[in-house]
Amino acid sequence: MKVKLKVKRTDPGTGETSYSRYQIDTVESTTLLDALIQVREYEDGTLALRCSCRSAICGSCAMRVDGRARLACRAKVIAITRGNQEHEITVEPMGNMPVIKDLVTDMELFWSKIRQVKPYLQPEGPEPEGEYRVPNEAMLDLTHTMNCIMCGACVSDCTVLEVDKNFIAPAALAKAYRFVGDPRDAHQVERLRQYSEYGGIWDCTRCNMCVEVCPKGVAPMNRILQLREMAIEAGITNNAGSRHTKIFTKSIEDGGRLNEVWMLPGSVGMFNVPRLVKEAPGALKMLRAGKLPLSQMIPPGAPGSHKISGMDRVKNVIRKSAALKPKKAEVVSDGA
Amino acid sequence: MAVYEHDVLVIGAGLAGMRAALAAQQLGADVGMVSKVHPVRSHSNAAQGGINGPGLGEDGGPWEEHAFETTKASDYLGDQDAIEILAKEGGREVLQAEHWGVVFSRKPDGRMAVRRFGGMGKARTFFVGAITGQAILHVLYEQLLKPSVYQAMRTYEEWFVTSLIVDDGQCRGCVAMNIRTGELHAITAKATIICTGGLGRVYEPSTNALICTGDGIAMAYRAGAPIMDMEMVQIHPTTLKGSGVLITEGARGEGAYLLNKDGERFMSKYAPNLMELASRDVVSRAEQTEIDEGRGVDGCVFLDMRHLGEQLIKERLEEIYEIARDLVNIDITKELLPIQPGVHYIMGGIKTDVDGLSPMPGLYAAGEAACVSVHGANRVGANSLLDTLVFGRRAAEHAVPWLQGKKFRPIPESVVEKDRKMIAEIVDRPANGDRVAKIRRDMGLSMSENVGLFRSPDKLEKQKAILKELRARYEKVGVEDKGKVFNTDLLFHIELGFMLDCADMIVTSAIERKESRGAHTRLDYPNRDDEHWLKHIALQRQPDGTEKMFYIPVTITQFQPMERKY
Repeated sequence: MKVKLKVKRTDPGTGETSYSRYQIDTVESTTLLDALIQVREYEDGTLALRCSCRSAICGSCAMRVDGRARLACRAKVIAITRGNQEHEITVEPMGNMPVIKDLVTDMELFWSKIRQVKPYLQPEGPEPEGEYRVPNEAMLDLTHTMNCIMCGACVSDCTVLEVDKNFIAPAALAKAYRFVGDPRDAHQVERLRQYSEYGGIWDCTRCNMCVEVCPKGVAPMNRILQLREMAIEAGITNNAGSRHTKIFTKSIEDGGRLNEVWMLPGSVGMFNVPRLVKEAPGALKMLRAGKLPLSQMIPPGAPGSHKISGMDRVKNVIRKSAALKPKKAEVVSDGA
Repeated sequence: MAVYEHDVLVIGAGLAGMRAALAAQQLGADVGMVSKVHPVRSHSNAAQGGINGPGLGEDGGPWEEHAFETTKASDYLGDQDAIEILAKEGGREVLQAEHWGVVFSRKPDGRMAVRRFGGMGKARTFFVGAITGQAILHVLYEQLLKPSVYQAMRTYEEWFVTSLIVDDGQCRGCVAMNIRTGELHAITAKATIICTGGLGRVYEPSTNALICTGDGIAMAYRAGAPIMDMEMVQIHPTTLKGSGVLITEGARGEGAYLLNKDGERFMSKYAPNLMELASRDVVSRAEQTEIDEGRGVDGCVFLDMRHLGEQLIKERLEEIYEIARDLVNIDITKELLPIQPGVHYIMGGIKTDVDGLSPMPGLYAAGEAACVSVHGANRVGANSLLDTLVFGRRAAEHAVPWLQGKKFRPIPESVVEKDRKMIAEIVDRPANGDRVAKIRRDMGLSMSENVGLFRSPDKLEKQKAILKELRARYEKVGVEDKGKVFNTDLLFHIELGFMLDCADMIVTSAIERKESRGAHTRLDYPNRDDEHWLKHIALQRQPDGTEKMFYIPVTITQFQPMERKY
């Protein structure tokens, strides 16, 4: 059956963009990459795209398909169009990166972020004669992160990166986890400290886009969350992100609900006068709109602080969850 | 236009290339590494099943056993001095990779786990799930990102090499196009190490990526270096029908069965001892025979992994599970997977000695592009990853001391003129109804038809004629994209030229070898003939443009050629 493609072109000289439309014959097993290669080989030799292995291992062919980043070689055309021959598949280059030509982006942003997290094993001490002895669970855990083929899909669709180019972004942070989680690396705390700074693990807004678009089940956001847990456990808490986590949990532990009034000073720091002054007008508006209940004026943990009914059940949940060990990396089904 | 200078130039940034670059940089050389794709896109990442570690594990036996099994698998065409080095030094490379951070799968006691692989009686293949190549490739790339290395080396990422520079009989580097600008430059060096990989795209289908177009082999040939054993094309037993995507031998290593349409484990007829884990050429021929004799379905036989259990598959063969699910809608925990033999690897390549040095001074080669020969007429699975690391390192370790103190005359910018003219001529050709892709496809399909598993003289001669026609078409076909930036249309044209050169060499050698050995099976000469053919066939372009064919003796040390049974 035929498929309609609408492919975004960018002229490398002028930067002008346009759309080219193609119609390609396909069968049930045809992938978007098969279709694009057919275009390139038989219809329009000027179409530029990166591709190599055709089997989702080289990471070359990431692009935006109907607005969402994915690997062209894993995207079955019939799954995209759901059999509707009128559906025109929009194919665009990855987001968050400058475009060189057509579907080819400049991935230097991606690679520079990878370099930022010191992406090489840093063992310490004399090398063992044989191999390092490490438990298989640790290696299996890391193998899921090693599944990352550096395709860029997560970085393409990261919503934080759209507004703040300083964010290290999902791929690099997933790579960071791979070292923090490796028993052979001797610089775990140092790494966690580095990743806890501005632009690191606490700048993820947990939008889940990277998990959705990753074609290999790496689930970068889940790795970021694991890094956060490990950072707090390592005592690296002098940042807004950890403080936010702490006041959040303290609030629930103490009173069974989120204390809106104390969230802000708790996160930015009780004595962070400049920041508190900056937020004061907003706080006044909230007070006038009835969004700052007087019952929450007493901070969590102080005598007389507000508690919901059924606190014994809340305490039960907290006790049980504290007893659970930190979750190991899970296999999340891929976004094919 | 500019001329760049380095001590060592590595062409290709896969496993062999990055290993060579790392080793050279560690020895203090000024290294340039050029690759037509980003290093982690190199085809090394598609290797799935594992890397052999001779003498490393407790139950794998001593390295001498691996040397013997590699020699036997090569059908005694492998050079045993090189094989001994592979077996002796291989273990150390695997350990080095682990120390650098490769996440090898482990046994309960924390040591690296092993699995069985084809052609070997004991388990000595170390692995990372079914992504061993990718895992090692990424770790090598990580090592190159260490600031001390990163700042000292120059990587020409997405630069396409068009030809080698030969000055006064010495290889002095290459002419390359920066794909982003379309400009040609000369990258000169005292020593050049070619690590450009294989040529699977000469055939259609193959397991190889689109970038595997025999660039380095063709360029070395054009520069006058001898190319050896080109008739030895490995046909892998388990590839997916249609796309040719690889299904690792590791599946059989973990216990998968091969079944014909009657549900029989037919390997008992062909290799009663090693069964599914016999040498690759034996298994592929067995499969094709079953198919040709009517016991296949739709040109395929079946890989049965149902009895392996979901947990093992998820832990050790996850990649295969995903490939089967995503490409052909099959759940290997519950269903049979149809597979067929497919072109996978070239044992032949640029002739080198055990230090990666070719007969042309200054020209080295390592990895699939080289032919030392450690693989002879048939390669053992999981030996290629080993080959790239051992000989990539050795090439660098020979080149760096060799070039100390050597002075060569500078290469003038005008050296790029020849390639610039060639490219301008191609771009200026008018459209004539033909297309590069059509010629490539015709080449690929005809090579698969006529120079495949079972070869006959009439088909080989037919292919020779076909290649001549294709070449005539190639001389006239143009490109649609006339731009400078990222002109992949033009790159495909140049690659097709490389592939035609390689195809010619394959056919010429296949016609010449009048025996069956390893991967090369002649229906008119079905037996191995050690008396007349225990030698390598080499092809070398002469200064006057003609091709000389000559023979190179096989180095035999410990293992006298015997009958080969599995």
